[in-house]
Amino acid sequence: MRGSSPRMTAKHRGESAYIGTMRPQDILMPVPAGLCCKPGGFHIDPVRPVERALITHGHSDHARPGHGAVLATRETLDMMRLRYGENFAGSVQAVAYGEEIRLGDVTVTFYPAGHVLGSAQISVTCKDTRIVASGDYKDARDPTCAPFDLVPCDVFITEATFGLPVFRHGDAADEVKKLLASAKLFPERAHLVGAYSLGKAQRVIALLREAGYDAPIYLHGAMEKITYYYQERGIPLGELRPARGMKKAELAGTITLAPPSATSDVWTRRFPDPVTAFASGWMRVRARARQGGIELPLVISDHADWDGLTATIAATGAGEIWVTHGQEDALVHWCKSKGLAARPLDLVGYGDEDESETAAVNGEAEPNGEGQPVGETKKP
Amino acid sequence: MNRFAKLLDRLAYEPGRNNKIKLLVAYFRETEDPDRGYALAALTGALSFKHAKPGLIRDLITERTDPVLFGYSYDYVGDLSETVALMWPKAELPGHNNPPPPTLTDVVTTLRTLGKAELPAQLARWLDELDETGRWALLKLVTGAMRIGISARLAKTAAAALGDKDPHEIELMWPGLSPPYLELFAWLEGRGDKPVNSDPTPFRPVMLAHAIEDGDFANLDAADFSAEWKWDGIRVQAVAGHDTRGHIQARLYSRTGEDITGSFPDLVPSLHLPGAIDGELLVLRDGRVQTFNVLQQRLNRKVVSPKLIKEFPIHLRAYDLLGDGENDLRELPLTERRAQLEAFVARLNDPRIDLSPTVPFASWQELAAARADPKSAGAGDDADAVEGVMLKRRDAPYLPGRPKGPWWKWKRDPHIIDAVLMYAQRGHGKRSSYYSDYTFGVWTRGEAGDELVPVGKAYFGFTDEELLQIDRFVRRNTTEKFGPVRHVVHEPDQGLVLEVAFEGLQRSPRHKSGVAMRFPRISRLRWDKPPREADRLETLERMLISMTGS
Repeated sequence: MRGSSPRMTAKHRGESAYIGTMRPQDILMPVPAGLCCKPGGFHIDPVRPVERALITHGHSDHARPGHGAVLATRETLDMMRLRYGENFAGSVQAVAYGEEIRLGDVTVTFYPAGHVLGSAQISVTCKDTRIVASGDYKDARDPTCAPFDLVPCDVFITEATFGLPVFRHGDAADEVKKLLASAKLFPERAHLVGAYSLGKAQRVIALLREAGYDAPIYLHGAMEKITYYYQERGIPLGELRPARGMKKAELAGTITLAPPSATSDVWTRRFPDPVTAFASGWMRVRARARQGGIELPLVISDHADWDGLTATIAATGAGEIWVTHGQEDALVHWCKSKGLAARPLDLVGYGDEDESETAAVNGEAEPNGEGQPVGETKKP
Repeated sequence: MNRFAKLLDRLAYEPGRNNKIKLLVAYFRETEDPDRGYALAALTGALSFKHAKPGLIRDLITERTDPVLFGYSYDYVGDLSETVALMWPKAELPGHNNPPPPTLTDVVTTLRTLGKAELPAQLARWLDELDETGRWALLKLVTGAMRIGISARLAKTAAAALGDKDPHEIELMWPGLSPPYLELFAWLEGRGDKPVNSDPTPFRPVMLAHAIEDGDFANLDAADFSAEWKWDGIRVQAVAGHDTRGHIQARLYSRTGEDITGSFPDLVPSLHLPGAIDGELLVLRDGRVQTFNVLQQRLNRKVVSPKLIKEFPIHLRAYDLLGDGENDLRELPLTERRAQLEAFVARLNDPRIDLSPTVPFASWQELAAARADPKSAGAGDDADAVEGVMLKRRDAPYLPGRPKGPWWKWKRDPHIIDAVLMYAQRGHGKRSSYYSDYTFGVWTRGEAGDELVPVGKAYFGFTDEELLQIDRFVRRNTTEKFGPVRHVVHEPDQGLVLEVAFEGLQRSPRHKSGVAMRFPRISRLRWDKPPREADRLETLERMLISMTGS
């Protein structure tokens, strides 16, 4: 462990006597601020400011500003800096995948989670017990980030965003083919693809490039910084252009990536008869797609689907499964039916990437030009 | 099947008519016979086989999945076919010689002959072989619950577009065609002759009228036109002809060409002479025409019971004759068709079919007077079912579609109130970035003084420019947001007054106000008027009493 980290507090030292008989819930336990590791003196992905935070990835429901010290991968730290500015935490420390770090009485290691660039599962080992907090993860292929690394453990903490057997995501490349077929069928219309601005948008762009689409791809203003950052990190995304300032007629036949909430707002009026697509695992369910007024649902997810969740749980060899945000009940039921001890962890404040994206969009200052007559009045 | 499923999937999400046609044309072009023909049949409701019951689908899934997980999933998805399609377990088919997924033709032809006992195993095999979307479409097809927002007319229009033909041509030949429509597609692709319609009772595309505006009268000569009452019923085409064995056969079509004979079996015996009548379907009690509210109770019933037939006696009021026996009359001028119609109705000599009377007038002023008071201008006791007058050029042939000039409708002035905008909701499709659906209210006495009570919802009537203005007003004056709905400020001195036009009022226990409007639309924006001066519920109550006498 390198220099900048604060020392263990006296309080923690005083409690180290009970470690010999430690149960998993003595190592990590859910508290209102998030997942707390008392013997290590830190929280994982805390939703409130804490003294020391370990962050799995850059999505704003997991990576929040205002902590004393933050330990995360370099990419996650960079993304937090892009989102919140230089002073998002008291001090920061970058960790590499696979690097072992001693914190108090535990050892932590970050492993790729395959969710977005820089995303990590955090392994916490205390004595002979290893707990892996996987944050958000997927076992599907993604050209924009390191692939999911399976970490054998005693307790596996899994998300359950798509924890129902109706969620099976299929090959993302086929969904991108659907988008390209639509763009070919409607050359006079613009295609707007709603996608979370961190991760999903870049993955869709990379998949479009892999499918041979080499025209410029347009970006909503809220996408620009993070997408250019992916390019800086050496992920080839081809020619990107801001949608801002384009004439309506010039956008016919083009593909534009935008945050989901922007695809149903005044911003869309600058596009010729837009086809509204949305790249998300939720698009598997028709009612969800219809609610959002989506015309072209693309089932592309950065979370593991049902088959991915169940296969991963089984492969970790963990005898005990803790289930966080999403469809906990169904996944807990499945675990129990397979003879695994399982329980829901009642953590609040996760799984609302949508909400945080909306905030990002509202903060975005789009010029009020191009026949866009109405200024959005912001409500506090 | 997977290809047809992809089409259905995409159509279900596409709101634009022209875009739907484009998707359909692309499918017809890329898909070979006979698959595309069966697709056209599925979309036009021309397929017939016994539908599978939901219980059967449920049994199939419970045999294969954990019932608890199925329960959670069904709760989440909310649609049985879709839940089953999504969670159907991947088949572990032995070997690598997996059968190819069934084509739409396989499915349709198999279902036609399949016995009831064999259906579950056959369905399960298909579900194993198809992908998610394919399974969803299969289940929708076999349960007979397609509902994807495509009318038969739209599907035919797309087929016509494939061959750059007029959809009316397809409508004319349609009754003589049957799935998989090989000869139709051959003709559309220029590989075959035009199919001949041998149907004795074909539908003829109807002629529609434009709404007349005040300025139009200056350019029209009253002497060129004849007038009739505009009846508030259902436009129908009643066709009878001899089948191959010489028996008379009759069919009733809606104005879009849908066969609605099954809903009105009581009218069939009256159509005993070969010919094609254009007219209005009405309910008559003791010779008196009932209002649309009464007629509505006979519509959309699954079972037409003897009781329904007796309580709502159906009647055809004829205003045009398109064919008499073998003769096509559509090229003749109206005056000649009218003379033939009068003779035809006289020959029919049936109490259920009569002539729509003409309204005599010498000048537009005279006609305006008749329109203002149909009761004393000849409509008598039937005046309640009159919603204006129709003007038809005496020299005009019967032209399909809505040609401008020969036919005009001059509706009775709508009822008007001033109401206050209360809530606004985003529209759909092209309007999804606009607040274009408005709930409006009028004043009534509440517990704490005057308050607004919602009386209706409207989402048209305004111009594009007015839509922009209201949208801007909504965004700047939102007091609260509930999902897609915004509460808009509505105080006595703050808010937007909408002039709302509507056709009628009904009592409605479902509405808090106790009244429901028929066909409400925004007729004007009253930026000049403070909300406190908008109308009161008492005004609507008075209107209701004068309209219904109750």
